Amino acid sequence: MNQAIRSAWVVAIGMFALILGSLTYVQFFEAEELNTNDWNNRQLYQDFGRPRGAILVDGKAVAESVPSNDQFNYQRVYKEPNLYAHLTGFYSLVNGSTQLEQASAGLLSGTSDELFYDRIVGLLSGASSQGASVELTIDPQIQQLAWDLIPEGQRGSIVVTEPSTGNILAMVSKPSYDPNLIAVHDSEIAARNVEQLSAVPGLSIYRNPATESLVAPGSVFKLVDAAAALESGDYDAESQIPNPPVLPLPGTTIGLPNYVNGTCATRTEADLEFALEQSCNTPFAQIAWDLGEDAIQEQARLFGFGERHQIPVAVEASQFPSDLSQPELAQSAIGQFDVKVTPLQIAMVASAIANDGVLMKPNLIKAVRAADLELINSPSPEVLHESVSAGTADQLTEWMVNVVDNGTGRGAQIPGVEVAGKTGTAEVEGRGDNAWFTGFAPADDPQVAVTIVMEDVDLATGSQLTSPNAKQIIEAVLNQ
Amino acid sequence: MSDVLTVPRSRRNVEAALLLLAFAVAVGANFVAGLEREEPFNDYFWRQAATLVGMGILIHLILRIRAKYADPVILPIVIALNGIGLAMIHRLDLPRMENPDFVPVAPQQLTWTAVAILAASVLLIFLRDHRILRRFTYISLIVSALLLLLPLTPLGLEINGARIWINVGFGTFQPGEVAKITLAVFFAGYLSTNRDLILLAGKKLGPLQLPRFKDLAPMIAAWLVSIGVLILQRDLGSSILFFGLFMAMIYVATSRVSWVLIGLAMIGVGAFVALQLFSHVALRFDSWLNAFDPEVYNRAPGGSQQVVQGLFGLANGGLAGTGFGQGRPDLVTYANSDMIIAALGEELGMIGVFAIILLYILLVSRGFRAALGTKDGFGKLLACGLSFTIALQCFVVIGGITRLIPLTGLTTPFMSAGGSSLLANWIIVALLLLISETARRPVRTAAPSESAAVPSASGRGALPRRPKEGSR
Repeated sequence: MNQAIRSAWVVAIGMFALILGSLTYVQFFEAEELNTNDWNNRQLYQDFGRPRGAILVDGKAVAESVPSNDQFNYQRVYKEPNLYAHLTGFYSLVNGSTQLEQASAGLLSGTSDELFYDRIVGLLSGASSQGASVELTIDPQIQQLAWDLIPEGQRGSIVVTEPSTGNILAMVSKPSYDPNLIAVHDSEIAARNVEQLSAVPGLSIYRNPATESLVAPGSVFKLVDAAAALESGDYDAESQIPNPPVLPLPGTTIGLPNYVNGTCATRTEADLEFALEQSCNTPFAQIAWDLGEDAIQEQARLFGFGERHQIPVAVEASQFPSDLSQPELAQSAIGQFDVKVTPLQIAMVASAIANDGVLMKPNLIKAVRAADLELINSPSPEVLHESVSAGTADQLTEWMVNVVDNGTGRGAQIPGVEVAGKTGTAEVEGRGDNAWFTGFAPADDPQVAVTIVMEDVDLATGSQLTSPNAKQIIEAVLNQ
Repeated sequence: MSDVLTVPRSRRNVEAALLLLAFAVAVGANFVAGLEREEPFNDYFWRQAATLVGMGILIHLILRIRAKYADPVILPIVIALNGIGLAMIHRLDLPRMENPDFVPVAPQQLTWTAVAILAASVLLIFLRDHRILRRFTYISLIVSALLLLLPLTPLGLEINGARIWINVGFGTFQPGEVAKITLAVFFAGYLSTNRDLILLAGKKLGPLQLPRFKDLAPMIAAWLVSIGVLILQRDLGSSILFFGLFMAMIYVATSRVSWVLIGLAMIGVGAFVALQLFSHVALRFDSWLNAFDPEVYNRAPGGSQQVVQGLFGLANGGLAGTGFGQGRPDLVTYANSDMIIAALGEELGMIGVFAIILLYILLVSRGFRAALGTKDGFGKLLACGLSFTIALQCFVVIGGITRLIPLTGLTTPFMSAGGSSLLANWIIVALLLLISETARRPVRTAAPSESAAVPSASGRGALPRRPKEGSR
């Protein structure tokens, strides 16, 4: 009988071997396929069931997870929702997550490799794995001021940066929305809210206008032309460029005019200082023709055009078109035609000029802290490009100071402070203009760069909402 | 028995040391399980720790007095398994505590643990020697029949299509769990008494020696019971379990592969007929083969959602698991009973489940070891049958969860929530301990009845001299 007992034992062990095999198959070989199965909502439940780290501004949470009584245990809550909506984005069950909630998801949810050590500690101690908190570079007072400076009902964005580090001190856009409406767990309510928000003109809940909407830059693009001109070595402060009121465009019956009622008409030849001061179009078109498309494009690239940046939220690549005809190149040189920029891109141009020609990588994250407040990471400033030489940057700064002192940017003047700036007005077919201001101060030691764009405005409103607002923001930053 | 040495040492101190480990595992698991969602060291934590430790020490002391040569590994393994099961059941209670209507399962399971260990203790104290059970061979058959028929009486309850529960006032009870023990006793008694007769007769057909038709009676009885359970109670799992139990015991009694082949043929026919006739069996098969078909997945009842969600849980655990208390095993229906291995696989990972299965392998092996060691045919058969049942039950339930075979509603021994299962398995443990005691006990102290304990010089063990006390 003992032999049969041994055989029965072998059968029993065989059965155990089979289940060990099938467990190995399910938990190891098939695991990834199962984890990504459409019916598998575990990851979702897991993410939503975990306390997610907060997004902090000056130590205060603008987005945080609070315990909830539903099946997910935690609800994402946004404080000052409209003010920060375009930065935080939302963390929604049905609509996914956007902006920082998406870009910093690994840190916030605690699954990032940077948090590996903390996860191991959590595993051993059995403590819940908590996400890290992300502290922003945003200055809440500047953010609020910038928000208040865009009138309700006005479409526009304001970006305030620190040129020496690339840190973003304020970034606001209107119209905005309340991410709490989208973060509700009830999918029906969320869907209804999304539908209502999608009816708001000019609003996309998936897009931060300051980093993702591409708009025509108009004359602020002339900073790029001027930089290219100086960098080429063919132009300097003494160079005189023909300044006809209208530049005939070869092969077409139309011409490129200077602004009709402007001061440009007082000179038939202009140096770059005057051309920038009065924002004359025809000299820049000729510079572009002279340098060629490639030179302008290369200078644009050095300012950050044509690249998607991660700050860490994704920034849309600004575009300078290629394969241009002469008329198109002339149009492009003055920031029209197919030149499309994000407001942040223009802020980067101003910041690079302010920072001796060195473009710092724009950055929103000041620090990442584990759940126990231990500092995990605080990003140090990174150089993105050497956009122009220090000499070119100095020269451009001097001319931009002149724009504010004597030219189109007079609204940004601050007594006792040298402000450098450039204005722009881009014509958009079928609606009002885009009014721009970009600049920085103090000119000799720039602390702050401000870029403002107001969309769909008439000329008078546009100039009211740009240079004077920049002045207020610069004052606020410098007075801190 | 010459190849199995009886070691005249009690090894109770080894058991005590292993028990400390088991307590550490059980109490530690319970502590970690509640860490996330409740106050540490709350009342329930102490109650569970005290009950497990107290009952473990109690049964250890009883063994010291009553069966001091019993296998020292069995008790610690079972305490550990029971403790891990309790911890997981408790952990699965926690997310549902906010619901005012929810009655937590873990305290009930804890009570059942105490009841089961007490029952095992009582058995150890009063039974003293498993061979006494042989007197109850035919009574066991009658009791088994009654137990299996009980759910079909007005006392019975039908839950999810299966009619295997009875209402016992304070809760439900699954008589089939106890029936697997009484059936094992009957078969051990019947086969050990009649095996010589069965073995002698029969025609030879090639290499196979076919049994006489009348010797097929127990096989047919087994088949009838299994098919009866399947048809009347619609319980595929128990049906497989009973038949596997019979097959193992018949094979061990006769050493004839022909019996196994006949048995497999019979169950094959039974299964085929059941598949044709009963929709619930066909649905089980369909949910197994086409689990990821949307139509099958969404079918209610009888869809594959449960098994697929269980697979998601296991996959989510991966190699190392999410950590105790940090997965979402509560998304799987019956996570604390039929699907507890999926829950453990999710939170402890493949490594953790492997460790648990190794405990089962060790437990089953110790049971077979007792079968090898004991000298009476009845004990051998009983130990084999009971050990094989544990292995088969693990295979059916874990095989079902991992989609190796169709999912059937069976409990994982010692771990799943369910009082009757716990009680029955602890009684099995008591029986295995008793049998291992006779296997390991020094010959000198052996005894309630002399004949079985007289060591045979023959390598064929106790077989030539049939123990007489059963038929006395």
